[in-house]
Amino acid sequence: MTQAREDSAPDQAGLTAGRPGAVASRRRRRYSLLTRRDKIMLSLMVGIPLFLDLVFIWGPAIASIIFSFTNWNGIHGISTNNWVGLGNYEKLWSSYAPFWEGVKHNILWFAVLMFVATPIGMFFAILLDRELRGARFYQTVFYTPVVLSLAVVGLIWELQYSQDNGLIDSVLRGFHIAPVDWLGDPNINLWAALVAASWRHVGYIMVLYLAGLKSVDPSLREAAAIDGANGAQTYLHVVFWVMMPINTVIVVVTSIEALRAFDIAYIINHGKNGLELLSTLITNNSISEANLIGFGSAIAVVLLTISLVPIVIFLTRITREERG
Amino acid sequence: MTATTTIVPKATAATRKRRNWGRVGLHVFLATMAVIWLMPIAWAVYTAFRTFGDTTLNGYFSLPSSLTLQNFFDAWTQGELLRNYIQTLAIVVPGVAITLLVASMVAFGVVKFSWRFNIVVLMLFVAGNLLPQQAIIVPLYHLYLALPVPAPLSDNGGLYDQIFGLLLIHVVFQTGFCVFVLSNYMKTLSKELTEAGQVDGASIFRIWWSIILPLCRPALAALATLEFTFIYNDFFWGLLLIKSGDRRPITSALNNLQGQFFTNYNLLAACSVLVAIPTIVVYILLQKQFIRGLTLGSTKG
Repeated sequence: MTQAREDSAPDQAGLTAGRPGAVASRRRRRYSLLTRRDKIMLSLMVGIPLFLDLVFIWGPAIASIIFSFTNWNGIHGISTNNWVGLGNYEKLWSSYAPFWEGVKHNILWFAVLMFVATPIGMFFAILLDRELRGARFYQTVFYTPVVLSLAVVGLIWELQYSQDNGLIDSVLRGFHIAPVDWLGDPNINLWAALVAASWRHVGYIMVLYLAGLKSVDPSLREAAAIDGANGAQTYLHVVFWVMMPINTVIVVVTSIEALRAFDIAYIINHGKNGLELLSTLITNNSISEANLIGFGSAIAVVLLTISLVPIVIFLTRITREERG
Repeated sequence: MTATTTIVPKATAATRKRRNWGRVGLHVFLATMAVIWLMPIAWAVYTAFRTFGDTTLNGYFSLPSSLTLQNFFDAWTQGELLRNYIQTLAIVVPGVAITLLVASMVAFGVVKFSWRFNIVVLMLFVAGNLLPQQAIIVPLYHLYLALPVPAPLSDNGGLYDQIFGLLLIHVVFQTGFCVFVLSNYMKTLSKELTEAGQVDGASIFRIWWSIILPLCRPALAALATLEFTFIYNDFFWGLLLIKSGDRRPITSALNNLQGQFFTNYNLLAACSVLVAIPTIVVYILLQKQFIRGLTLGSTKG
């Protein structure tokens, strides 16, 4: 790591110079300070967790790709006879309607979180980032849904949406408006689920963004104020751009949330009848109801491939920080 | 912005007045939003406190004829929630502790020593934590069925439907996030401390345990709070890697409870309140840790 190398260079020079082999490589100098036992210890401390990470996360990720080219049913052993090439993908593409529903719903999920919930969260953060009586209280309130499990969020919103017993239809009835079947109607249940998801997402973004706002150098704002910019102008022309690293994190976090969307849809109706998502299609096809391992894995590969976009964006940012 | 007010001294009476009105408008807006935000929770709590007879007779949107704790007792006994809470406890406590220990070892190894694959290791952990769980669940499920596990850790010879198996995936998955946060934190610690330890002849393990870990206490406290809710709130792993309803941690058990109480919304509400309480209590008591944990992950230092 560059940072470590730079820091060590001046003060380490004297310390290591006397030791044999210290001149070998600047890069490895720190490591060569270690005794043999230490090296073994260190390899174990990093190696065992790394091994488990590879076996239980990266192994399955690669296995998903391999399974996606087979018609394995998960019961008998897998062999070359199970190889079907791109068959699962062709079926997904052309003759499995829920797949495109799922893709559409995941895109909508992302769009609503990104372009509705995220801006609201940022807006709340901007409002609360000032001397304001009760700012702490408001922050606590908006953040509360974030500490709840998404499954609990789904359940709580079921209580609001229920046609007979829910808050919303009860209010509608009070105004003599016909109650709506929010969760049963496949044309609207996705939007109902998205309200629940947004309710939680807003607070999450608010906290991330508020921390970013607090770390902005105040002299930038003063400079903008001296130039005659008002609050909104200062934000749009200065603060927003200074906060680019946080903005990236927020886009990444939101994309990942949208791709992982599962719990709310599953609690409502196991992700069917208007609530199909790539995630629920995977489990429904391959684990809960059918044994279509290969087919479900093809959906998993689609999900995996899309998720590489935000992951690569995030990793690029980290590498840049490591170098800089 | 406060900066504006202090720098521009010639605020006329008119602009000051406008600013006051702006402040009032802001409070009205925020207060309205706060009410909207709390409404779903308030409604769930209210429903949980009402009797089934009361709500069927008068509708849910009505003043209560009586409030009762009965639903909580019924949910607790009929749902046999105690056993699920015990499962949760058996997962969350070791889960948080082991995750933090393991992650701090990895972060220590990756940050404090330069070797060839440093950055690759860090990336593998961080990226692994960002993958959607559903993208790896199918092979993982079959791995859990196939891997043999000896008796004290498993009573069916495998990882599937075992508390140990669930604990394992939580630790592996959450380690990624904690490695990321802790490695950022450790970079801010002075290099001299580790080196002084090395010069004094302390072993690597000792340097990690007696020098680095105590220095990381603030980050570890924040992470412990956050990880408690992450693991407690997990629905997905518990749902797919644990089959028996009585072995599922409480959050995943909601799936079964929902089926069981589907006809009685008061009981369902009581259930959701009972499941929400632990995280809400932790949040209210440790709000600062919570927010610091999240921001440590998104900003540096």
